[in-house]
Amino acid sequence: MAAVTKEASRPGNRAEVENDPRRDRIAWWLFRVRHSLSQPAPYIGLLGLLSFLLLWYVLTELLNVPRFNKLPGPVAVWEEFTSRRPTFGTSIYTPDYYKHILWSVWRVTQAFFWATVLGVPLGLFMGWRKTFRDYTFPILEILRPIPVLAWVPVAILIFADIASREAPIVFLAFLAAFFATALNTLLGVQSIDESYFRAAQCLGSKPRHIFLRVVLPGALPFIFTGLQIGVGVAWFSLVAAEMVSGEYGLGFLIWDSYVLSQFPVIVIAMVTLGVIGYVFSALIRMVGRMMMRWVV
Amino acid sequence: MSAASNSSNGEHVAPSAGAIEIRNVTKIYDPDGVNVLAVDNCSLEIAPTEFCVIVGPSGCGKTTLLNAIAGFHEITRGEIALDRQTICRAGYTAPPGADRIVVFQNGALFPWSTVLNNVAYGPIVQGKVPAREARARAQGLLDELGLSDIGDRYPGELSSGMRRRAEIARALINDPKVLLLDEPFRAMDALTKGVAQEFLLQAYDRVRKTVFFITHDLEEALFLADRVVVMTTRPARIKYVLNVDFERPRTFRVRSSRRYLELKREVFAAVRDEATKAFEAGERELA
Repeated sequence: MAAVTKEASRPGNRAEVENDPRRDRIAWWLFRVRHSLSQPAPYIGLLGLLSFLLLWYVLTELLNVPRFNKLPGPVAVWEEFTSRRPTFGTSIYTPDYYKHILWSVWRVTQAFFWATVLGVPLGLFMGWRKTFRDYTFPILEILRPIPVLAWVPVAILIFADIASREAPIVFLAFLAAFFATALNTLLGVQSIDESYFRAAQCLGSKPRHIFLRVVLPGALPFIFTGLQIGVGVAWFSLVAAEMVSGEYGLGFLIWDSYVLSQFPVIVIAMVTLGVIGYVFSALIRMVGRMMMRWVV
Repeated sequence: MSAASNSSNGEHVAPSAGAIEIRNVTKIYDPDGVNVLAVDNCSLEIAPTEFCVIVGPSGCGKTTLLNAIAGFHEITRGEIALDRQTICRAGYTAPPGADRIVVFQNGALFPWSTVLNNVAYGPIVQGKVPAREARARAQGLLDELGLSDIGDRYPGELSSGMRRRAEIARALINDPKVLLLDEPFRAMDALTKGVAQEFLLQAYDRVRKTVFFITHDLEEALFLADRVVVMTTRPARIKYVLNVDFERPRTFRVRSSRRYLELKREVFAAVRDEATKAFEAGERELA
């Protein structure tokens, strides 16, 4: 795909300078869409999705198999989801649904922001300076495997003075993302070939140049892998934290609906989480591609 | 090469620009307490602007010598001086700097920068000129070297031959005293290699820097060098020195001249002797 990008955009830009670059871009996007629709992959993916829905339907609503008969079927979920007057109060027409989404998105965004701002520089420094790595690596490796739920009491104690439920939830989501981001960044620095450091030294770099112009760009591919993993585990721990303590959010919605036996809402919240999680990763991938044009 | 030479006040061949003296250099590696003698009492003087090619079997310790000059390694005994200033002796190694630029065996253009930014890298980080001017000079140098249209490409988009040329340009823009090349054309097919070698010769004819070039390819050595220094298998010692007196500028035609064949015969005889000895001694590095 990347090769197509370069060949399609380069000569166009060069030969027809007077051409509107935005029109070029639109033409390029259209080309890509048409190209991907002419491949079998999207249709096969759709077929897989449909078979999954069919299986779900058959097990729950059609045959009512004993093990699955307490679960809501796809038709029930869809009817609830698209109803103007939903039985359990959550559908695309109820403001509450969006309130839950916005709360969760806002918390993950904060957690992800802090994980990036703290995790990336930490990983870069650890990879760059061996002494610093020797100090910090053991602590990181001992803290990292501790499951996020084990941190719940500590999180509450740390933020006891704020007297809000927000800070501990965001903290828990941050923690998971932070470890993934820092560790991948460290691996990214370690993956940089020694000859780039040597070349940079030969060319007269001061340490800050090596940090900004070799360590950082060299680690970028791993950093973005770390950010994608990070945002995934941030969602994961956010939902866990929202279940434990929360007034809003998709995790809270799932748990609350379970307690109140509003089963279709559980599925609605789960699918929503899946879709939003996908959008988050796709956004990070997109930013990554924009920042790493050199990766062929 | 205006970009490179103007900045040195027009001193094209300053009398003491880029003289390398290698005196009794010994290097012992000490992995796991087992001493490995990589370089054994090597002495060599390289005159300013000389194109000196070191030939030896792979793994014989030539790269050790190059790394010491570049400032990447220490040496165990002896001394290396650049323009009479010690840059390397036991316990002291001058840090790498823009007066001794290395072109690496596997290439080290930064893959995350365009060719233009790669070439402009040295002047920018050395802070002698503003970034904009550094880029203008880099483009000027690329134009002079016939690489005008690859400035906005990333190294990953280029052939290995192009990458190597760009890397040589990145070294030359800094006006180094010495250019250190570590088997730069090693992994190339014969045709690309020929083109790359001629490119290097043209660049050399313009700037006349001291060149320390490592290879295991004898024909390459004869084609490029003023002087070919043949080294023995580990530990590296100087086995044989051959002056190559073809006129410059040289073209590929040199390679079919009678004199070239004579020199080739001479140097092959010398090396064959060494290769046989190494073979009989059961050295596997020769492969």
